[in-house]
Formats: sequence, structure tokens, C-alpha cells
Amino acid sequence: MLKLAWRSLLYRRLSVGLGVLSVALSILMLIGVERLREATHDGFENTVSGADLIVGARTGSVELLLYSVFRIGNATNNIGWDSYLALSRDPAVAWSIPLSLGDSHRGYPVLATSAAYFTRYQYGNHLPLHFSSGVPFAHAHDAVLGATVAHRLGYHLGDHIVLTHGSGEGAVYQHSDQPFTVTGILAPTGTPVDNTVHISLEGMTAIHMGWSNGSPSLLATTGILAQTDESAIPPPETITAFLVGLKSKAATFRYQRKVNQYSDEPLMAILPGVALSELWNLMHVAEEALRVISVFVIVIGLLGVLTALVTGLNERRREMAILRAIGLCAHSLFALMIGEALALVLAGIVCGMALLYGLQAGFQTTLQQTYGLSLPLAPPGAGEWLLLLATLVAGALIGVLPAWRAYRQSLHDGLEPH
Amino acid sequence: MALIELLDIEFRWPGNASPTLSIPQFSLQSGVHTFLHGPSGSGKSTLLSLLTGIQAPQRGSLRILGEDLSRMRAPRRDRFRADHIGYVFQQFNLLPYLSVLDNVMLPCQVSALRRQRAGDARAAAGALLETLGMQAHLHTPASRLSVGMQQRVAVARALIGRPELLIADEPTSALDADMRQRFVELLLANTHETTVLLVSHDHLLAQYFPCSLALGAINLPAEVPHA
Repeated sequence: MLKLAWRSLLYRRLSVGLGVLSVALSILMLIGVERLREATHDGFENTVSGADLIVGARTGSVELLLYSVFRIGNATNNIGWDSYLALSRDPAVAWSIPLSLGDSHRGYPVLATSAAYFTRYQYGNHLPLHFSSGVPFAHAHDAVLGATVAHRLGYHLGDHIVLTHGSGEGAVYQHSDQPFTVTGILAPTGTPVDNTVHISLEGMTAIHMGWSNGSPSLLATTGILAQTDESAIPPPETITAFLVGLKSKAATFRYQRKVNQYSDEPLMAILPGVALSELWNLMHVAEEALRVISVFVIVIGLLGVLTALVTGLNERRREMAILRAIGLCAHSLFALMIGEALALVLAGIVCGMALLYGLQAGFQTTLQQTYGLSLPLAPPGAGEWLLLLATLVAGALIGVLPAWRAYRQSLHDGLEPH
Repeated sequence: MALIELLDIEFRWPGNASPTLSIPQFSLQSGVHTFLHGPSGSGKSTLLSLLTGIQAPQRGSLRILGEDLSRMRAPRRDRFRADHIGYVFQQFNLLPYLSVLDNVMLPCQVSALRRQRAGDARAAAGALLETLGMQAHLHTPASRLSVGMQQRVAVARALIGRPELLIADEPTSALDADMRQRFVELLLANTHETTVLLVSHDHLLAQYFPCSLALGAINLPAEVPHA
């Protein structure tokens, strides 16, 4: 009987094939979107992965995360360099990376930091930063570009760039007296690092020498200050935030308390993972919307199968009558039709998953490099099995309609289809 | 011995005011080839759907091989049909996606009894097709056969596994005059051990049958609506 059903399906291969294709594509969409969403989520939660704490002036934790990691918005207050020195010398601290923001270059944020940034900063699944070309900054007027900045603006090693004081629409003053030389370009990470121009803290101090109240003094515009001997550049007075790596995770909360209770100025320390989750939850609606769309796509795919089966019924009245004549009961015809719907949906699921794994294998490297999304070729997870199972059950349910019609039809026609 | 025995049968289609069939008594002897003449609209299809167990009468007893079909539930009637009745349609008898041989073997897939009686189903189907002159087309897809050939394959399928009863509903109406005679002769020559009931509106076929009946003579609805 199975062989018979198979031959019958083969005989109608065009409509059957289209039905399978519609299910396959919707499964590809459903599971593909689900996997992308999870990878995006994981990638997002791992925008900063090495640091145990982010320290900044007291504000909201999401705000601190937004300006220190995503370079969105501005810090309302800075941290004194003294406080940074005091806190980073705590015996629990393994390393720290100072971050100083505020300037920009053609819309891209400029981050002044220390050399530790290139060795200690981690993203994703504890991936360090890599240079696609060049080396870290060694002098005050060296700059290291994120992959996107270099790519979009077409910069190469040795190019000179001029930074803008401030960012956004109000940024009108150019640090044109002190151009920077590109010494390194970072490999893509899929994180805000790609959009950042990195300079040293000394560089940041140098370009702001002689400035007061946000505008350059006469001395600063002459270019004389640009000639300053590097050894004479003092440490910055303030920084925006700093990342801390602790020797032991066990010290995290003790150190966090110490920062929060720091008496010289109001500071706060946040756990990057926790703050990232909070931020991700703000995008909950978009996530739900994606899910709803995926479910609708599945419904449409299943309707494709339903169409194929229902429109086929009329042409199959003869077939049904013959099967009835050789003694098949109406219940068997019902089962046959349900089985057919199930087989189509199952075939669609298998094809869709095969297609998904094929695409994943093909684009794995690109996705990782360009968007920082890691999509390993893993077997379906519990949630995915559940989705596939739900689709199969839905397939059996939509099979009820053509099966019921075939059943009624065969009872009505008997051996005489009209 | 009577193979088919109808007593006091009444059948009414749902929604109809008067019964389509009302048969006080009708029987068919085992092994006899019977021609049943009935013009269209005389309740011929209805009678066949009762005899094959597709429908059950609302009243009376309908015995085939001693078993009362009117007392069976639908799935049992279906099994009874699979085991004991071969059926030949007017035309379009075959599943177009199967070969001739696979079409003939179909009843052996549904009925264990016929599978057992046929022994080697493939050999039995081959032998039947050979006596019907179809040996050259065993593996041809059914959709490629002429109408005459299709009807002969249908006979082979109705006979495989030696069912006791063969019912043919207008099996010659799609054939031209020459083919009709040859088909009926071939059918009757291969069914010496089988009870055959051939229903047709074509009077000329009666000459080939030892026994011939008019449906109008056995179906006597109490209130006859004037046509």
C-alpha cells in the first residue's frame, strides 16, 4: 500500500513537488530566522566578553553600557584619572583598559585607550582583537581603525586623518593642526569596535592641549603644540570609563561594592553580561515580531500543501473509485490522505533543514567575519525539534480537510464518480 | 445453490421521497453467467452499489455466499467485496501510474484471501493476462493502453485470486461494435468457474448469455413515478 501511495505521489510530482518546496522554504525561514536570532542574541551578549566589570560615573547601567561599549550617546560625567589609578591598582585587578570618548571622525566615534586594549579586549566567545594589517599605535599621533571605518572610508595604512572635536551636529572644530597616521586596521568583529577610530590617551591629551570650554585657544590653532615632545604629554585629567578584568571571578561583587562606595567621586561598576541582557530585553518587541512573521510563513507554507492536496482531489475521484472497487474501505482512503499530507510536510521539513545546513555551511565564515555571528553546524536543539514537531502535527491537521473530503466524496461516489 | 439472494429489499437515497429500489425477490445461481438489462435511470447503479456492499439496504436481507450484507457494518462489507467480488467499470479501470501487471495484482494487496488463492500473485497475474492476449504488455504503464486493452486488463484484475462473483457495469459501452463481441466472448471464455453478472442497456449482448433478465422485472417500486 505504501508503494502504491508513493507511485501516486510520483504521478502528481509537479503539484506535490511545489507543495514540498513551499514547506521546505518556510521551514528554512522559520528555523533560519530562529538560529539567526539566537546567534544575534549570543553575539550581542558577547559584545564585550573578557571584562568582568565596566566602571563609569554614576548613571543608569544601560546608559553606561551604551556609551562605553556601543559609543551611543555621551557620558554626563567623567572619571578622574586619580580615581582610575587608585581603583585599577586594587590587588584583585588583573588588568584594566581606560576608555576616553568624545571626539569623532566623519561620524565615527574616536576612542582613546591604552595598548592593553589590543591584548585584553575580548568579544564573542572570548575572541581577542586581530589586526588585518598594521600594528597597534606606538606614538601619540597614531590611529588604529575598526574594519568598517577603514572599509567605508577607504583608508589604508599610512593615510592621514583629521579628528573632529565632539560628535554629532555640533561638532564644528577640526583638530586639523594635529593629523593622525593610520598604523593599523583591525579585522572585522561584528561589534561596535568595527566602527571605532582608536588612538592613544596621549594623542587625546595632545589634541586638546590649550583648549578650554570646548574651543581651541589661539595657541592650539598655530600647530606649535603638535610639535610637543611626547614624553612631555601629561596623563589625561579624566577618562570616560574603564573595563576591569579581575584575577578571580569570586572578587567581582566585592570589587563592585568598592567602586559603588568609592568616596572621592560618585562611580558605578556594572556587570557587562547583566547590562547587555537588560538592553536586549528592550528589543523584545522586534524579536516577537520576527517570531510572529516566521509562524505566518509556516502557515502559508502549509496552505501551499493544502492547496496541492485539495485541488488534486477532483482529478483523483477515478483513483478513489478504483481503490474502493478493489475493496479499500473509506477509512483507509481517509488514512491515505492524512498520510499523504504528513509525508509531504515531512519531506518539506527534511528538505528545508538540508537547505538550511547547506546555506549555513556555505555562509558560516562570512557571517562570522562580517557580522560576528557564530552559527555552528549543530544538530537541532530542543526548541527547534519542538518547532519541527509542531509543523508536522499542523501538517497532519491540515491533512484532515482533504482526507475528510475524500472520505465524503468516496461515500457519495461509491463506484460511480461523476 | 444460490450465490446471490435478495429478499424484500428496499433502498431509498437520502432526501428521496420514494425508494429507488424495491425488490421482493431476486436470486442468482452459482456459476451461471447472467445478463441484466436495464436502461439508464432504472436503478441499475443503485442495485450494483448494494451488491458490492458500497451501500446497505434500509430493509430486507441481501445474502451473498450465505452471508447477509445488510447486517454488516461498512468496513466488513468492504472486506467482503475485496475477498469475493471482482468489479469491471465501464472505462478508466486502471491506475495510470501503475504498470499493467501491478494493476492486475492490486486485489492481492487488499485481500489476504485472494492473495492466498492466487499463490504467486505475479505469476497468476501473468497467466491471466496471457489468456486475455495481453502478454506483450505486462510492464506497459496502464495509461498507454487502448480502451479495449484496458478493459481486458480490468477483467484480469477482477479475476485474480478467483473471487466467486464478477460484476461488470457496462463494460463494453466504451468499445466499438467489433470489439464488444470479442470482449464478451473473451470474458465468458475465461470465467467458467465464476458467477458473472453483466449489466448493460445494450440488448444485443443478451445473446451471449444463458440467462438474461430485465431489471424492470425484478425491481417493483410500490408507487411507480411516471417518467
